[in-house]
Amino acid sequence: MKSQTVHQGRLKTPFYSRLEKLDTVNEWHEWKGYSSADALYCADMEYFAIRNSTAVFDLTPMTKYRIAGPDALDYLNRLVTRDMAKIRPGRVAYAVWCDDQGQVIDDGTIFHLREGEYRLCSQERHFAWLQAAAIGFDVTVTHETEDVAALAVQGPTSFSVLNEMGLEGLAELKPFGLTHFDFQGTELMVSRTGFTADLGYELWIDPDKAEALWDALFAAGELFGIRAIGTHALEMARIEAGFLAAYMEFLPADETVRTGRSRSPLELGLDWLVDFKKPNFNGRRALADEKRNGSTWRLVKLDIEGNKAAHNSYVFANEKANKGEIGFITSAAWSPVCKQNIALGTVRTPHGKPGDTVWVEVYYQREMHWSRKMAKATVVDKPFWFPPRRGATPPGPY
Amino acid sequence: MTDRYDAIIVGAGHNGLVCSALLAKAGKQVLVLEANERVGGAAITREFAEGYSVSACAHLLYQLQPEVRKELKLAPRMSSENMSTIALAADGGHVRLSGDSVDGVSPEDAASYQDFRKRMTRFADLLRKYLNKSPPRLGTKDLKDLVTLGQLGFDLRRLGKREMREFLRLIGMNIHDELDERFDSSLLKGAISLDAVLGTHLGPRSPNTMMTYLYRLAGDHGRVGLPEGGMSGVSEELAQAARSAGVTIRTNMPVKRIVIENGRATGVETEDGERFSSYTVISNADPKRTVMDLVGAKHVETGFTRRIHHLRSKGNAAKLHLALDGLPTIEGLTKKDFAERILIAPDEHYVERAFNPAKYGETSPDPIVEMTFPSFRDVSLAPTGKHVLSAVVQYAPYALKGGWNDAARETFTQAVIKVIAKYAPDIEQRITASELLTPPDIEREFHITGGHWHHAELTLDQFLFVRPVSGAAQYRMPVDGLYLCGAGTHPGGGVSGAAGRNAARTILSREKAA
Repeated sequence: MKSQTVHQGRLKTPFYSRLEKLDTVNEWHEWKGYSSADALYCADMEYFAIRNSTAVFDLTPMTKYRIAGPDALDYLNRLVTRDMAKIRPGRVAYAVWCDDQGQVIDDGTIFHLREGEYRLCSQERHFAWLQAAAIGFDVTVTHETEDVAALAVQGPTSFSVLNEMGLEGLAELKPFGLTHFDFQGTELMVSRTGFTADLGYELWIDPDKAEALWDALFAAGELFGIRAIGTHALEMARIEAGFLAAYMEFLPADETVRTGRSRSPLELGLDWLVDFKKPNFNGRRALADEKRNGSTWRLVKLDIEGNKAAHNSYVFANEKANKGEIGFITSAAWSPVCKQNIALGTVRTPHGKPGDTVWVEVYYQREMHWSRKMAKATVVDKPFWFPPRRGATPPGPY
Repeated sequence: MTDRYDAIIVGAGHNGLVCSALLAKAGKQVLVLEANERVGGAAITREFAEGYSVSACAHLLYQLQPEVRKELKLAPRMSSENMSTIALAADGGHVRLSGDSVDGVSPEDAASYQDFRKRMTRFADLLRKYLNKSPPRLGTKDLKDLVTLGQLGFDLRRLGKREMREFLRLIGMNIHDELDERFDSSLLKGAISLDAVLGTHLGPRSPNTMMTYLYRLAGDHGRVGLPEGGMSGVSEELAQAARSAGVTIRTNMPVKRIVIENGRATGVETEDGERFSSYTVISNADPKRTVMDLVGAKHVETGFTRRIHHLRSKGNAAKLHLALDGLPTIEGLTKKDFAERILIAPDEHYVERAFNPAKYGETSPDPIVEMTFPSFRDVSLAPTGKHVLSAVVQYAPYALKGGWNDAARETFTQAVIKVIAKYAPDIEQRITASELLTPPDIEREFHITGGHWHHAELTLDQFLFVRPVSGAAQYRMPVDGLYLCGAGTHPGGGVSGAAGRNAARTILSREKAA
């Protein structure tokens, strides 16, 4: 095992020197040991960069594992619920992985970098679980979060920016595809992935070249409205996309203490990711039982009346709350681009079918005093934001 | 070409044979595949020096369950039965244990021993009842499980308030503290300590040794015997019972893998590439070998694999076989005493001190010894006038620091001989050949991962509801059609046949329910 320096205090990403220059509000939080900006100048304005031009988000702290070896495919196929045999080299898969009880440990993306070599990315750290999963497989799992600098470049003009930067052939890259370029003698990997449900890319490079990449990117993006953003803006886009976040829509199963506090993929609306045609994967037996017997919870996307974001609200089946609550909101936001009061929530089945009406108890404060209001909400099926340009290949120039 | 059977059993150990015979008696077509040349697994007699034979691993019969005997009409011919135990003292003041009585100690100790035995056998009887049942699952609504659990609670309560409290106090305890409270005689304490730790990676001060002692008593109140012709006598009788029930037993057929198709067991493939089909595959192999080697991790889930991987299964007991040109002389023993079971464990601290190095991957410089002279009553085992000494010796850790090379083997062999020579000074002159089977040797010869005679350490965290691990405690593996029936399952090792019988009953009752 190679020796590693153990850092003390909070880490700075390889892009810190550039972020620091752009930062005016000094709002940072900790993300898996790294400093990550909440916002750099104004979260709302940063949000509009995502939807109207190009937003750059430093996702270096995202957990990355390299999975390689002769059994890598078998290993991943047992680890995650979807069929990884279908993910060819050069493709990326969104995936979810469960414990033996079929409860979600985390979701993330798996990049098939080259034949038999993968990168798994997730918000949380899972080395112990991935190592346990490697018992009996000829596979190596390497933690490489620190070894790869990564940027999300998202928004309608993101293709134009990267094209301007000289990444030739990028136009042909389809959603969930990845490709490699030469950047100043170093390999730059670009994947058409993101957390915003919009046209967007993620860039992956050796940390030594991080600053040069940032500079080249911002030089190319000057006329395309490029902006660095923090997590607050990204979070709004994430909710509009209807994407899940660990510790919001679900707790990693290995972190829960009480039974019933974790969620299965079926309870998170991820049925499409669970491939029962695979003879075995972690959680398969439990999930097959759940499919037969019915789930307890259902994740819902809610379009709520009014304009007060329904943070931490209880959800009821009727306007009169005396019948008891059926669930609660997990993420909420006013969506500027949709002009909707949106939320994600978790409710008990059989409630929450698409088209159902539920009631959300919205809490708000005026001059110290709390008030509450029952707001009618409709369960919707589709993501709140899903523009055609996200899927267009080649993407149009904006 | 593939042959189809109702059930295929991997391994013809005693549990595999019991399981096969019971299934065949219920009308099943059963095939047993054994890797070795002969049946019996670790209950086998073989030559270790020209003209000298010995029970190579297990050497005493003390746990074969009455249920198994009855259902398979077994009546193993014994060369010795109801042997006493003699704990050797250097000055010849040996202690003899026989049933509930003990000689060679003070009247107080003798009385205390009777009281101790009375309580222990009572608890052991309670335990025995549950050794012969599939352990109930916890947190289930299955009626049978709930009834068994209720019964267990009722049986505990029926001991009476005082005795139940005593049982619950003792079951997780170390044997040393209990012995220290009861007895003065160090030799007596040493002998009982040895019984509690034999075959385990535990010392008398380790928690859980009360349980291993009770487990030993649960067999047949600790009564031991030697089968005629060694342990193969029992194994061959079992194989005969199986064959006459219609079981096909094929030896020299090592199984390479258990075939899993679409998430269920569909048969086995031998090392030679021969395929046999069955929707019921039962592994008599240890849980680790079954899951990691025969099935493969990709067919089971991660949490389960991890539990199996971490199963504590490293053996610590070695076997030493000595070919002797005559009986040694031991002060204070008459000739007929050589028919008994003889222990070297002069005091309880000695036993603990023998265990100390094992914690750090080293062998005991002063080992504890359980020896028998099986040739004394059974002339078939040695040339006329000559004798065989068969000894279980501890501690010889599986994962020896520096590995079990020739030097390490010689060091340990000499340590054992030196210890025996303290009591039998002429032993060295008598030795004409010797064989040491370390846990890695046992692993190689009998295909037991870790060379542990219980397949998995017999401790409360690997017992009853969680033996070998949760998710497989009822002989059923988390792969459809795949079962376990070996010592790694409830109740554990020892030539009892209980695991094989319980497994067969589980399989048959599941079939009935389906």
